[in-house]
Amino acid sequence: MLAMDATGADAGRGGLTTADGKPLKQALATAQSRARRRALLLVLPLLAFIVITFVVPIGQLLFRSVYNDGFSANMPQISAWFRETEPGTEPDEAAYAALAADLAAAAEARSVGVVGTRVNYEMSGTRSLFTAAGRKAGDLKPPFREALLELNGTWGDPQLWGVMRSVSSAYSANFYLAALDLARDANGDIVRAPEGRRIYGMLFLRTLWLSALITGLCLILAYPVAHLLATLPLAKSNLLMILVLLPFWTSLLVRTTSWMVLLQEQGVVNNTMVALGLIGEDGRIQMMYNRTGTIIAMTHILLPFMILPLYSVMRPINPGYVRAARSLGATSWTAFRRVYLPQTLPGIGAGALLVFILAVGYYITPALVGGASGQLISNLIAYHMQDSLNWSLAAALAALLLAGVLILYWLYDRLIGIDKLKLG
Amino acid sequence: MALPIYASPLERVWHWTYKAICAAIFVFLIAPILIVIPLSFNAEPYFTFTEKMLSLDPEGYSLRWYDRLLTFGMQAPDAPRDLSWWEDVRRNATWIDVAWNSLVIGLFATLLATGLGTLAALGLSRAEMPWRRPIMAVLISPMIVPIIITATGLFFFYSRIQIQKWGVPYLGIILAHATLGIPFVIITVTATLSGFDRSLSRAAASLGAGPRTTFFKVILPLILPGVVSGALFAFVTSFDEVVVVLFIAGHDEQTIPRQMWNGIREQISPAILAVATILVVVSVALLATVEILRRRSERLRGLAAA
Repeated sequence: MLAMDATGADAGRGGLTTADGKPLKQALATAQSRARRRALLLVLPLLAFIVITFVVPIGQLLFRSVYNDGFSANMPQISAWFRETEPGTEPDEAAYAALAADLAAAAEARSVGVVGTRVNYEMSGTRSLFTAAGRKAGDLKPPFREALLELNGTWGDPQLWGVMRSVSSAYSANFYLAALDLARDANGDIVRAPEGRRIYGMLFLRTLWLSALITGLCLILAYPVAHLLATLPLAKSNLLMILVLLPFWTSLLVRTTSWMVLLQEQGVVNNTMVALGLIGEDGRIQMMYNRTGTIIAMTHILLPFMILPLYSVMRPINPGYVRAARSLGATSWTAFRRVYLPQTLPGIGAGALLVFILAVGYYITPALVGGASGQLISNLIAYHMQDSLNWSLAAALAALLLAGVLILYWLYDRLIGIDKLKLG
Repeated sequence: MALPIYASPLERVWHWTYKAICAAIFVFLIAPILIVIPLSFNAEPYFTFTEKMLSLDPEGYSLRWYDRLLTFGMQAPDAPRDLSWWEDVRRNATWIDVAWNSLVIGLFATLLATGLGTLAALGLSRAEMPWRRPIMAVLISPMIVPIIITATGLFFFYSRIQIQKWGVPYLGIILAHATLGIPFVIITVTATLSGFDRSLSRAAASLGAGPRTTFFKVILPLILPGVVSGALFAFVTSFDEVVVVLFIAGHDEQTIPRQMWNGIREQISPAILAVATILVVVSVALLATVEILRRRSERLRGLAAA
């Protein structure tokens, strides 16, 4: 390369050339860029596929978390009034007339429930206000202010008007506020949600704490097994490895079902303990549909993800180091702590990070065995998607979870390298 | 792992304790999977071993839950079991139907994932691949991003583009499952390619083979074990996937995991254990295949010590 650089300056005239007379440097650059293009061309179809079927949908989700046109699309006139007036303007007769007209139109289009739901997210108890007003909106006579107030005094509530102003724009960061247990007060300032309604922060904390606990349990269980596998002769360890890989290949639902069967109050574990006299017939332990169930089942399911990286780091460790430490007078504990353990740290890091990342987003197992106290943040996202139908809030929660996972993923890639990931 | 002759009594005790601990952990790993197998033959509708089962009395065991699986959803399950009865099974039995759906979805998702994934892995393992790390990170991300987020995003995306109305059955699920399977294909195939001797393809080229001949005659036979295990991973991923199906599938697009999920949530019966047993047998078969392929691949590449 150095020699080529020296001649590179006059390569065009008298430097090194290829057989067909092209300057060598130029020919090499062409060949190299062609090779780069070829490599890229091979990857491009898959990249395009992943972008369309994965990246774009995630983008849609992020868009949903800040966009909800439930109010603005169905109440065009009052939304226009909000756009034209300054925040804090007292609603005048024109505003009430626009509101009444919109309500009548929305009732006609059967979308007044959607409107009420959207306002209800920000101010609870208002959905019925909208549906009730929608039913009578067609019969309202001017002056509309008096007519609406006669229907329900809440229509004059400044807080309601503040909320309606904030939802009259389809774009809103309020779902993120809600996902962080924050809310806006009547003046639009950000305040903490009332004491009894701060559930999401607690759930995020519980998810992190349970994931950390499960990661710790996996590490404690995986370390001795990985060490055994790494120090046995290859033929034997390959045989034992099957015991690790079989759970890995078995359906997640099957493993979860097995734990449901084992841990039930009338299940195998409790029956065995009763038969052994460890517990009385009335002392059966409740291990299912609570946090214990989630922890046990998830530890079992994620254990192979800890054993495999540990094993691949432990296998090449030279046993001579520990022997040398012993011969120099270290006790077996010191030799382990000062010589062996530090060499396995990369495996511990890789396994722990992987298990933690997977645990944070777990859904199926907590949903089936978790009961109420074993639910994680994923379960709440599913609840808002399927039951409460507050999709924007679900999207905001998902976006926060995604941000956390991506940070961990980035960390994993930086520390371990994603291309080092191995399966079996 | 052999205990040296100079080990102190304390070390001897620890050595055996350590082995016992490892054995216990292996039991923890494997017992929950195996326990469903005998329980699925329970004659009673319980999830625990009955007295008769423990005393190995044949009366304690039965195939009634497997029978229930077969007949569930049939029009006339109690009719005599002649040809028309089996016709009824083929047409109406729920589990047969969902198993067929799962197979079709899994097959197409696997083909998509393996085809695209192998091609990309060939590019990714070239030294001159630009932006290798970020591209790899994007391609692996479907495995890392929580499935509930993927499912939610797909739900919004598919309802936006109205994929249900395109008229291609299962299209949304197949595309989603292919996406979820791709990281596994990429990981296994790039791992196989990393042990691939580049001079072989250069040798082929020097002997006059074009890129196409080189690929089909030299590269593909050598990396085939990796490709097949990647494909099996992708298939298992699809075969086991429930969350995306729950979120985006149409009412008639039932799969085995979705049917199982419903069964577990509503009223868990030992029939679920019969399904579980069948799935365990399937996964044992798949694991055995992958294991054989891995050994074959090591032998082909001259890694194994014969």
